[in-house]
Amino acid sequence: MPRILEVTDLSTHFTTPEGEVRAVDRVSFHVDEGQTLGLVGESGCGKSVLALSLLRLVPPPGRIVSGRIVYKGGDLMALPERGIRRVRGREIALIFQEPSTALNPVFTVGYQIAEGLIVHKMMKKKEALREAARLMEVVRIPDPGRRVRDYPHQMSGGMRQRVMIAMALACRPSLLVADEPTTALDVTIQAEILDLLRNLKRDFRLSLILISHNLGVIAETADRIAVMYAGRIVEEAGANDLFARPKHPYTAGLIRSIPRLGDAGPEGGDRKKRLAAIEGTVPDLLRLPPGCAFQPRCPDVMRECREHVPGLRPLGDSSDTVACFKHHDPEGRPR
Amino acid sequence: MSATGAGRPLLEVTDLKKYFPIRRGVFSRISGWVRAVDGVSLRIAPGETLALVGESGSGKTTTGRCILRLLEPTSGRVVFDGTDLLSLPARAMRRMRRQIQVVFQDPYGSLNPRMRVGTIVREPFDIHRIGANRRERDEMVAALLRRVGLDPGMRDRYPHEFSGGQRQRIGVARALALRPRLIVADEPVSSLDVSVQAQVINLFIDLQEEFGIAYLFIAHDLAVVERIADRVAVMYLGQIVEVAARGEIFRNPLHPYTRALLQAIPIPDPARARERQVLRGDPPSPAQPPPGCRFHTRCPSAVEACPRIEPPLLEVTPGHWVACHLHPGPEVGR
Repeated sequence: MPRILEVTDLSTHFTTPEGEVRAVDRVSFHVDEGQTLGLVGESGCGKSVLALSLLRLVPPPGRIVSGRIVYKGGDLMALPERGIRRVRGREIALIFQEPSTALNPVFTVGYQIAEGLIVHKMMKKKEALREAARLMEVVRIPDPGRRVRDYPHQMSGGMRQRVMIAMALACRPSLLVADEPTTALDVTIQAEILDLLRNLKRDFRLSLILISHNLGVIAETADRIAVMYAGRIVEEAGANDLFARPKHPYTAGLIRSIPRLGDAGPEGGDRKKRLAAIEGTVPDLLRLPPGCAFQPRCPDVMRECREHVPGLRPLGDSSDTVACFKHHDPEGRPR
Repeated sequence: MSATGAGRPLLEVTDLKKYFPIRRGVFSRISGWVRAVDGVSLRIAPGETLALVGESGSGKTTTGRCILRLLEPTSGRVVFDGTDLLSLPARAMRRMRRQIQVVFQDPYGSLNPRMRVGTIVREPFDIHRIGANRRERDEMVAALLRRVGLDPGMRDRYPHEFSGGQRQRIGVARALALRPRLIVADEPVSSLDVSVQAQVINLFIDLQEEFGIAYLFIAHDLAVVERIADRVAVMYLGQIVEVAARGEIFRNPLHPYTRALLQAIPIPDPARARERQVLRGDPPSPAQPPPGCRFHTRCPSAVEACPRIEPPLLEVTPGHWVACHLHPGPEVGR
């Protein structure tokens, strides 16, 4: 399958008074055309900074210090500012978590959807507004002809997230990056938005990067999954494989620690079933432990884990990768 | 542990209502009412966990706050261990608070940032004059911190020096200090990271086993609720639409809203793809709840009576209550 995006050794650092924060640290992954890559990780693991880095939108004091972002064969890092501006929205579009702050409160939602068409596609305002109403219908906003004149505060959170998606779709991008698109929403609304994203992906032939801390959301949406921990990708594999046979102890721990419906054990006088938690807490990026960032919490920790940082290496001859000395030695030879 | 809520309840709430006024214009005239909680009745047995679930705007948090009298209810009765809390004068209510404690959702906002952690956890002892002297109180604090999995050596630190999960443990230690018989826990794990959330859920389970505390566990995540609850009450727009024992509600949900909630939960297992009935539309505003059954505007199985007549909460099988016209009374031989 052709690759629409290939990221190699991407690093984004933030210079702070307390020191250099490696929010994204030598990250490599790819997205196949028409596929969904799920990027999963806990708060502070760098997944949102990674999303911004892909479009070179990292705010100061952050900056991309190295890496290649090859999109449809061309390196986005080599483009001048004018060039990357043409990519944003038209080729790669971004959806954020918080639809209430990402929308401008003083413009109608219709105008905000139309704006991209007026700027990028040189449409007349009237024509662009008609297209905006059509896009609102695509994202299942009821009564789009009327609601095109609504302001963001007149809409619910779920409707505002649909507006964000309509804005993202306006210029017919090939790749959609959705950063926690359902986290602020209730679970019934979340189900509706995920259903919508799946259908849009098919109808618009989109490739998708879906970023979430929720393994359920990732499992239901992604073809491949990359797991991030403390700024690095620790494992990448096909969705079924990753859930059935996680290779990295962090991935395995994460999958075990989530409560699932129907798994709570018998009711009544019996003890309630405890969850298999990962001990300890997510490390502070300013005070990373030596060696592997997960080693203080890892049940399988070995001596070399405290001395060397494991690189992300392929597993056998598959395209799956893992960064763990259980699977390769410090020289990168498979075990 | 009572799974059915039979026997003398520790807490009994009857027809609880909380209406908030909507004020408009220069004279702040009341132009309407948000019926945040509109006739909620529930009971909790000693040592039992009742989970109160619902989406934003369902009134679950307001219900919890009215029970604690952090909000004064508009009407209704809240009886704790035989005492009507709503008729208690402020002093007596303060004494009662030794037995009813609260853990809030946000471990960042609910701890005073200028107080050391040891002082935060010791405060309940100081207020209620428990322990002979300061040294004895400090020893009790150390024991509490250890019990919730924190190092007592950290007592001189400030809340910002702790992670979210550790802060929630501090909140639990403070709630536990006076050996309460009921803890109202309002979304206590929903702001925590996945790997840490499991630790705190386990702590709640262990503490209940050890001290026999009853929980009113307010949450929106049904997978979490299934772990911790003995019984589950589902709220929609200020009302309870279904109550049943944990196993019953997850195996045999009767209200279409409960079913939709259960189906909406994404399953963390790509091998288990499934059928899902996606609800269309948003929940209506509690300021203008629809007539009849409040869920009828989104209900996939609404019938002719639904927009006209409000269905009462009826016991259809022992311990299983539902407010739905499709389940109009006791079901026999199901």
